[in-house]
Amino acid sequence: MWKYSIPVVLFALLILMFVKGLDPQRDVNALPSPFLGKPAPEFALPSLNDPSKTVSNATFGNGMAVVNVWATWCVGCRQEHDFLLELAESQAVPIIGLNWRDNQAEAQRWLRDLGDPYIDSAYDGDGRVGINWGVYGAPETFLVGPDGTVLYKHLGPLNRRLWQENFVPHLESAGNTE
Amino acid sequence: MKILFSILTLALISSMAHAVDSEEALDDPVLQARYEKIVEEVRCLKCQNQTIKDSNAFLAGDLRREIKLMLQDGLTDDQIFDFLVERYGDFALYNPRASGKTLILWIAPALFLLGGAYVLVNIVRRRMTLPIDDDSAAED
Repeated sequence: MWKYSIPVVLFALLILMFVKGLDPQRDVNALPSPFLGKPAPEFALPSLNDPSKTVSNATFGNGMAVVNVWATWCVGCRQEHDFLLELAESQAVPIIGLNWRDNQAEAQRWLRDLGDPYIDSAYDGDGRVGINWGVYGAPETFLVGPDGTVLYKHLGPLNRRLWQENFVPHLESAGNTE
Repeated sequence: MKILFSILTLALISSMAHAVDSEEALDDPVLQARYEKIVEEVRCLKCQNQTIKDSNAFLAGDLRREIKLMLQDGLTDDQIFDFLVERYGDFALYNPRASGKTLILWIAPALFLLGGAYVLVNIVRRRMTLPIDDDSAAED
């Protein structure tokens, strides 16, 4: 009799796989970041606004930090910009920008015209730091913990709902353990 | 008709073969050969069904540049693949390594083959024990 349950179980597994794989909410291009749970890659770049200053891992400070990869050519970055401004205003967490593969003057103008949500933006003109962070499509947003490990990575434009669902739980659990 | 078809096919293939990678070749032909092999193995993460050899996304160009530099620095092919997997995960390689999470990809075909063989042997064995009578012969 147990023999007859095998096809049923296999069929159920198949259905489960389809439900997961065909979820319309799923971003088929999103890849798991190999950095999750690992230390954020070391970097040191000139600041976008003031090239004499350096933006590096030290800029994250001692608490949680958000690293947002953006560029003026990136449509999704324009979409999420208003939310980033809102997030910066709430002062929930410092946002560090990584201006990736961009034109420096245009990027500076973007921040002047649209507002600057970042405590500072690193200027990664040749995209090398982006590669070291495993960036493959802006906008990408990393959440870095107080100990410098990458806790979460989001691909694509952020909004309040996605922030609430994916970032806030990390922020809250860190707040409870402190 | 056949000739026309082959001409059309050839035309199609030649239009696909446009080299995207127009950058200068490495001076050392041995390095260049290794380079050409590597870029065919690396997935363009921005356009996920192309290799970085075939893609003109800027990220593919950046990765080609990094690979060239690493080759000139004397890194081995494995070290270069490690560099990519560390940053982009196993998905970056078209030929994923047989390690940890990807092991199932490599052993699954063998498992399916063994499973099929097991089922086949069982069926044949059972049939062999069946008496050969006129009824079953008539069914055939």
